[in-house]
Amino acid sequence: MKMRAALLGALAALGLAPAAFAERGTDGEVKLTFPQAVSIMNPYLTGGTKDIYAASMVLEPLAGLTPEGVLVPKLVTEIPTKENGGISEDMTSITWKLLPDLKWSDGTPVTADDAVFTWQYCTHPEGGCSQATKYEGISSVEAVDPSTIKVTFSGAKANPYTAFVSALSPVLQKAQFESCLGAAAPTCTDANNMPIGTGPFKVTGFTVNDTVTMAMNENYRDPAKPAFASAVIKGGGDAEGSARAVMETGEFDYAWNTQIPPDAQAAMAAAGKGQFVVAFGTLVERIEMNTTDPDPALPEGERATAKHPHPILSDIRVRTALSKAIDRSILVEVGYGAGGRPTCNVIPGPEGWASDNEGCIAQDMEGAKALLDEAGWTDSDGDGVRDKDGKKLSILYQTTVNPIRQDFQALIKDWWTELGVEVELKAIDPGVFFGGDPGSPDTFQKFYADVEMYANNSESPDPESYLGQYQCKNAPSPETQWQGENINRFCNPDYDALYATLATTTDLAARQDIAKKLNDMVTKDSMIVVPLVHRGTLSAHSNALGGVQINAWDSELWNVADWFRVK
Amino acid sequence: MTDASSSPPKPAGRMRDIWSQFRTHKGALFGLITLGILIVAVLVGPYLWIPEKLSVAEAIKLKNQGPSLRFPFGTDQLGRDMLARMLLAGRVSLAVGLVAMVIAIVFGTFIGVIAGYFRRLDGPLMRLTDMFLALPLIPLLLVMVMLFRDRVAGLIGPELGAFTLIVFAIGITSWMPTARIVRGEVLTLKEREYVLAARSIGSRPNRIILRHILPNVVSPVMVAATLGVAEAIITESVLSFLGLGFPPDFPTWGRLLFDGQQYLQVYPERVVWPGLAISLTVLSVNYIGDGLRDALDPRIRGR
Amino acid sequence: MLTFTLRRLLLAIPTLLVISLVIFLLVDLAPGSPMSEIPLTIPPEVRQNMIKALGADQPVVFRYMLWLRQFFWVEPMTLFDGWFGTGIVEGEQRILSWQSRSPVFTIIGQRIPQTLTVIGTAYLVGILIALPIGIYSAYRQYSLFDQVGTLFAMIGFSVPTFFSGTLLIIVFAVWLGWFPTKYDTQLAVTDWSSFLLQVKQMALPVMTLGLANAAAISRYMRSSMLDNMGMDYVRTARAKGLSERTVVLKHVLRNSLIPVVTVIALGIPSIFGGAIITENLFGVNGIGAALIGAIQASDIPMVQTLAFIFAVLIVLFNLIADILYGLLDPRIRYD
Repeated sequence: MKMRAALLGALAALGLAPAAFAERGTDGEVKLTFPQAVSIMNPYLTGGTKDIYAASMVLEPLAGLTPEGVLVPKLVTEIPTKENGGISEDMTSITWKLLPDLKWSDGTPVTADDAVFTWQYCTHPEGGCSQATKYEGISSVEAVDPSTIKVTFSGAKANPYTAFVSALSPVLQKAQFESCLGAAAPTCTDANNMPIGTGPFKVTGFTVNDTVTMAMNENYRDPAKPAFASAVIKGGGDAEGSARAVMETGEFDYAWNTQIPPDAQAAMAAAGKGQFVVAFGTLVERIEMNTTDPDPALPEGERATAKHPHPILSDIRVRTALSKAIDRSILVEVGYGAGGRPTCNVIPGPEGWASDNEGCIAQDMEGAKALLDEAGWTDSDGDGVRDKDGKKLSILYQTTVNPIRQDFQALIKDWWTELGVEVELKAIDPGVFFGGDPGSPDTFQKFYADVEMYANNSESPDPESYLGQYQCKNAPSPETQWQGENINRFCNPDYDALYATLATTTDLAARQDIAKKLNDMVTKDSMIVVPLVHRGTLSAHSNALGGVQINAWDSELWNVADWFRVK
Repeated sequence: MTDASSSPPKPAGRMRDIWSQFRTHKGALFGLITLGILIVAVLVGPYLWIPEKLSVAEAIKLKNQGPSLRFPFGTDQLGRDMLARMLLAGRVSLAVGLVAMVIAIVFGTFIGVIAGYFRRLDGPLMRLTDMFLALPLIPLLLVMVMLFRDRVAGLIGPELGAFTLIVFAIGITSWMPTARIVRGEVLTLKEREYVLAARSIGSRPNRIILRHILPNVVSPVMVAATLGVAEAIITESVLSFLGLGFPPDFPTWGRLLFDGQQYLQVYPERVVWPGLAISLTVLSVNYIGDGLRDALDPRIRGR
Repeated sequence: MLTFTLRRLLLAIPTLLVISLVIFLLVDLAPGSPMSEIPLTIPPEVRQNMIKALGADQPVVFRYMLWLRQFFWVEPMTLFDGWFGTGIVEGEQRILSWQSRSPVFTIIGQRIPQTLTVIGTAYLVGILIALPIGIYSAYRQYSLFDQVGTLFAMIGFSVPTFFSGTLLIIVFAVWLGWFPTKYDTQLAVTDWSSFLLQVKQMALPVMTLGLANAAAISRYMRSSMLDNMGMDYVRTARAKGLSERTVVLKHVLRNSLIPVVTVIALGIPSIFGGAIITENLFGVNGIGAALIGAIQASDIPMVQTLAFIFAVLIVLFNLIADILYGLLDPRIRYD
């Protein structure tokens, strides 16, 4: 019973052990609802969070992450480290040991070959795998023996826990997906919709963009789990409807992504049928400053490129003044309530990675005005709008269509108007804004506006790849068909140099230190990114559902095996 | 029944006739007065009712208030005065609703009459109608914004440009039912005895259409017009979700209604005002249409 | 009439081909990308690869021809293979949705039953309510019944379904607790109690949609009846001593049906097109919800196929309306 012991040990260490262990399948059905319906159950062919979460009930990675962002073994005996010899001294390989007697839900054994196959599946050049970055820098994955997986990197890898870690990168069954490599990947409809996994549930029915029905997996490694005999995920509707179905009518046990106004949250919670839970990851609602000139008079191809620096926002004093004029606490109160908190950082968590920068929290309207005066922007003609050299301090502020963002736009416009800045607002369909279609003028990469607001996050607690986006080379431009993540076209050689050292630094404390410095360079030192609100993901669960532990670092349903019916 | 051979009454006299008939229609008068009040209110209102200037921090403390003397319609989630927003919103919504409706009705009726009357044009025009009915609305609107927004804004300025584009977009996507309905009516009307009679004495087609066909398709057109106003006001709010149209801080009734929907349970009055305003507008247009139809109907007018 | 029908059917083929091309170009030109719904954490190179794997980077002409071939050859033959166990198009790619990688026709097949039961019932209920109301309102113009009917109709179509639907949910599901708010698409009607459940879960969406449909149709019915009430032939019929019932329901009604038939014929394809907002609100997985989801995700194969089927239905039902005109009013001639 080595496996039981290992698992219980892991759970006890984290303090997660539920009070009473029920027997498998005694608690009936658990019903979940998602505002966006599940399209596909294969996380490698989708980037959609809804699909990844649903798949996480069926497919499992070798190791997952806890709500605290700590690694936890799932299909392996322990987390490999340098100390236990799982990671080589030179950081070029990591070796995972599978649990003994591990079975797929169809009863066949899980072997190291399945992991090797998964790597091949996602790195096939014609497969279009959405999680390819998880397997970046890997030169080979080998099955040393049926229960040992050795991942070798092409160089020293500071963070080797990317492949086969978290719900984004689960292990697929080789037998099921063998004929689905490369260009054939999308044609394997049955495998993609009903994958065979090791998780607590197995898919029994799948209707595209509507419902997934699941039954407990009789071969699940813990004989006492899951407590529920079956599960169903119903998709569609909106956040409000999902929240209502849990909080007011009690039709469902769990609703993911129930972002509704704070007042409405309070009213629903008062019905007493359920509660809202929130998890804070790194999602930050921010205003991005354009360092290039988006003037429509410039010829196409030069507009919003590094050739023409922004005539107003190139001055750091203007950027700082715009940030100082904002009262972030009011934004939180209006938009998110308990689901958000003011922040000045691009990386607001987890503990250890977040910088202690809090300088922007208190609104400083007078300081902002003084800065603009100092920068030469004064209201010389008395029309309430500052100007300089005959040019008005006028800003186009764009974001996506979203009620909370429109409230933010209205509030921030009020503050900036008080500051003497003329503000024009624009809201764009999110499908267009985030679509990245080079033919459309309204994508966030093209940035044909002075400032824009949206939210972004790091998908893992270690923000290395996330911080990489502010490198000079990642600026979108006509040459790159307007693709690239460095939306602001921020370009600082010091940043790039410091970032390069991050990739080779393996000591955790040193990495955290570099990350904080990089964070400060794009925020308080340059005011290129003006963070507003650290957003949590808000979900709701009924009071009759126990064991829920919301998680921002892995799938929210990461511990669905431990869920039980409160009687 | 209209007598084709009698000499037509003088235009001025006919208008007066129609007006005197219209006046006796209680519903029509109610509709006209209500619509008039609404229009005057949104035109003059924003100059008479000037909301207090509040800083953001002050306004936030006053959010989601019920109706009071200070805020007759209450305040919204940011503490903005709902009455002032309703008045401003009404300008756009009424203008968009009425203008877009007129465009759709005029265009639809024109296509319908031509297609119904001239057999040769029937095929091509109705296939064109089928095509417009079949085009998916949202991609169509997105393409229109992408292609024309900057150009139109460059020509006539951003605000007027947005208005023109919205009205045009709604008009071009809502004329088809009217065209089909009018055509169906014209097909039967043109075989009626009085039209055959008019044709046999050599009346020209445009004269037959104006004198005999058009007056007889007024009633379905009026229904379409009533439906059209409501649809245009609502469609405008859909357009703002596609980034087409007015800046996001610019209120319209449709948008206020949509915004208020998430507060339906907590602050029901938030949706009552825009809902009421839209319903009143539609109701008055309907009654005006009823009155107009009766007034234009020579059978009733003669009675 | 037969030659007319045949000629129109033949003419429909080039018409539909043109429509399909216009739709394809339109959907392709619309800004947006199949990658718009995936998180920002996925880097640009990976996005490019995903687009390539979908085939979305091919030239538009190529993709259109591929779609034509798949729609008119591969899909019908797949059905044929399925029936007779043959293998004519084995290994050929069917029309696959970009969003879910499932065959588009499988998705449509999953969704047709809900669309027909919920949206179809709502439309039927709407017509059944609207016709009597319209007829009686016209017969007793400006009576109390007419006035109340008018008021309800106005509210019915000036209040959008996102609002009336939410209101019905709050009253009937939250306060009274009579009906569920989410439609269970997995429910199989096998006995009396499951039938009752089905009726219950259909109640709210059918009410929401039925109200909106009834409002519009009843107005057309009323206005058309009013037009005909004062006609000479009605006077003649009455003078002949026919009963009021016969006069109104036989003579006036028949002559008033042309605009109503047009409106209903315009409405039937929209049953298939679904009621986007209502379906979304109640979680009915109908065609409308699929279409809007596909448009948001720029899922071109899905949008194109649905829009084209929609176009076929529009052309078909407008033809049926034309044939009905001829039956209702024998004076109408098309040849």
